[in-house]
Amino acid sequence: MSTPPIDRQPIESYEVTGKRTKELTRRQIKKARITGIVMFALAAIVMFLLAPAAAGTSTFGLSFADETIQLPPLSVPSQGSLWVLAMVLGFLGATQFFRGFQSRTTVILGIAFAVFVFSIMVWATAGQEFSLISMLVSTIARATPIALGALSGILCERSGVVNIGIEGMLLGGAFTGVVMGSLLGGWVGLLAATLTGGVLALLLAVLAVNFRVDQIIIGVVINILVLGLTSFLTAQLLVKNPDLNNAPIFQALKIPVLGDIPIIGPMFFDQTIIVYGMFILIASVTFMLFRTRWGLRTRSVGENPKAADSLGIKVAKVRYLAVVYGGMVGGFAGAWFTLGTVGRFDEGMTGGRGFIGLAAMIVGGWNPIGAFFAALIFGFSDSMQQKFAVIETPIPGEFLAMAPYLVTIIIVAGLVGRARPPAADGQPYEKE
Amino acid sequence: MTTTQIPSTDNPEPKNSRSFMQQLTTGTDWKSAALIPALAVLTALIIGVVIIMLTGSSFGDAMSAYWALLQGSVGSLKAISETLTAATPLILAGLSVAIAFRAGLFNIGTEGQLLMGGMFAVWAGFTFTGLPFYVHIPLALLAGVVGGAIWGFIPGFLKAKTGAHEVITTIMLNYIALRLVDFLLKTEIFQREGRNDPVSKTVEASAQLPLLLGWINPGLRVHLGLIVALAAAAFIHWLLFRTTTGFEFRAVGANPKAARYAGMSITKTYVLVMVIGGALAGLAGAGQVLGVLDRATPGFSSGIGFDAIAVALLGRSNPWGVVAAAVLFGGLSAGGQQMQVSANVGIDLISVIQALIIIFVAAPALISAIYRLKAPAASTQISKGWGS
Repeated sequence: MSTPPIDRQPIESYEVTGKRTKELTRRQIKKARITGIVMFALAAIVMFLLAPAAAGTSTFGLSFADETIQLPPLSVPSQGSLWVLAMVLGFLGATQFFRGFQSRTTVILGIAFAVFVFSIMVWATAGQEFSLISMLVSTIARATPIALGALSGILCERSGVVNIGIEGMLLGGAFTGVVMGSLLGGWVGLLAATLTGGVLALLLAVLAVNFRVDQIIIGVVINILVLGLTSFLTAQLLVKNPDLNNAPIFQALKIPVLGDIPIIGPMFFDQTIIVYGMFILIASVTFMLFRTRWGLRTRSVGENPKAADSLGIKVAKVRYLAVVYGGMVGGFAGAWFTLGTVGRFDEGMTGGRGFIGLAAMIVGGWNPIGAFFAALIFGFSDSMQQKFAVIETPIPGEFLAMAPYLVTIIIVAGLVGRARPPAADGQPYEKE
Repeated sequence: MTTTQIPSTDNPEPKNSRSFMQQLTTGTDWKSAALIPALAVLTALIIGVVIIMLTGSSFGDAMSAYWALLQGSVGSLKAISETLTAATPLILAGLSVAIAFRAGLFNIGTEGQLLMGGMFAVWAGFTFTGLPFYVHIPLALLAGVVGGAIWGFIPGFLKAKTGAHEVITTIMLNYIALRLVDFLLKTEIFQREGRNDPVSKTVEASAQLPLLLGWINPGLRVHLGLIVALAAAAFIHWLLFRTTTGFEFRAVGANPKAARYAGMSITKTYVLVMVIGGALAGLAGAGQVLGVLDRATPGFSSGIGFDAIAVALLGRSNPWGVVAAAVLFGGLSAGGQQMQVSANVGIDLISVIQALIIIFVAAPALISAIYRLKAPAASTQISKGWGS
């Protein structure tokens, strides 16, 4: 209340280098200083906490034993590399602190975090061998439900309906997927999971479009409803009939030739059908949203339903379709948890992946391809957590398990201010 | 700001043009305040019967399950005590969600705030020894308040400073709190001596909340926390409707832009509301560990924070409405235990019923359509999108 709005604060001249002078506000300088200090702090952690504790060499495996083309494992001296990495971080921090990267700050900060994460990996694997390739493969696998969840959110929100219920759609898909999969096989399970997501989305569409209920409340209700219902049915039905909770798992399908390429082959061309489905959906939804009449209509309804309506587009119908498609993608993603991994259902097994998908959607700027790359970050932290739990690290497992959630908060806090949602997102449309 | 008039809770607008948010922000008439929730509960219970029967039970089984539900919630003094014991944290956690609703925020982080409050309280409960109870109990409760407030501050601050949507940050903080509790319970500070499983030390007797009906039967678990919760409801009612701060909360909730033009600080409001909400949730956690459990175990919050969302919605974010809704949900929870034991119907059915209740309360048009009431054309709008 006491400080004037930012745009009314006096702009002061700031000497950036000897050559050019740039007008920077006091706020920008402060921000540059803070990010510089953050990088310094990361450098200090690597230098004084990680490096002294790292002895021997860190070995990263780059190939599985059964691959046709074998890459030699990458071995680096742990302590020496950490010193180098700390120096890189220190250099970035110093530059940022004294002159600032300005428009490139976000990219540099991202690089700094990547360097820091790599430092942690070098430190954790000091004197050990660590299969980097299996971590990369599981990054793609674990990014799959998150990317699909984000895609589900994108489809709904591009039409102007906020979908907080992705978590429930994942969980519902996982449940019916395993039950129908146990009864009639994996493909039927996959279909049932997809339809379950669609039915839940229909509930969202009816309440949001027809009854104009607050969309965040509906989403939360869907989550509570599905969690309660699946837990109830698990206790009442699946515990008594274990046959219903034992579905066949989709095995990885290796694509000939492409699957033999080192590193890229196992990551992208030796995965399950659900992962391939994710790639196909990301590509096709991107095409449909930005290159077809349906996509243009959906986006226009999400941006300005009134204008779209006056052009003769049926707002309610467009929203129904987009939300139900989105729900089906969410249900398909749910199948990953059961049919794509373990073949059995556990209460609340999605563990917040739907919400992480929502964060990926925001970080990716409501764009399927952007959301996929955001999902990779979450998938990476998720898989790092899993793999570090196996090798012996001094980090307590509970903190590793926090990693995906912490990353989500940091990224959402860092980016959402700049992310621009569809203009009519979350607003019910009432025809006048 | 000192000259701001606090409007009365009467609503000047015609009945059928009021949005749900306005109903949350202002008073409610008896029909939407009592009739719609009552019919919502009834309808949800009827659907519950259908769900029980879908799992292969007969109509008679479903009725005996509901009979057990009724017996377990109000059938005896013991049952009533259990209902009130379960209602106690729900009142506090429900107030936490409700006050955030009033300011236009959706606090889904009550669960995590409750966990952190409980951990702080249990620490204060076993660390200090030799204190008289009239010092130790307030101290431990205060510790709970601080723990919850810290966990509430984070999303409030992030929302105000960076625009990070509180729905995402609070959910993430719930998961982080859950893992943090798992970790802390294995540290030397918390873990009980000689135990390998994650269980905290026992709270000193001087910090345990006294039982209210212990003089009748020591098995009646209803404890001092109930009085604390009712006092908190009275305080929140006073804060929201009788102070300038509360007016600012409601103004920001109703229209943040207008509130900003009127000279109110959105930043301050968001942070303050989340801190107060966190403090209330922390108090709920403190009440659980000091009054019921006497120790902390992994996930001791047992979903209270999520039930609290339903409580706040059912109570229409009115502090006394929250109390009534919490007693109802406490009854469902206590009766659900009985239902599970004697009728062999899983307690998770209760959360299904709760979810259905929220749907019907949030979409009163559905209830009106089912029961052919004169339709209140109420729509619901709390969310303000992602950016703001």
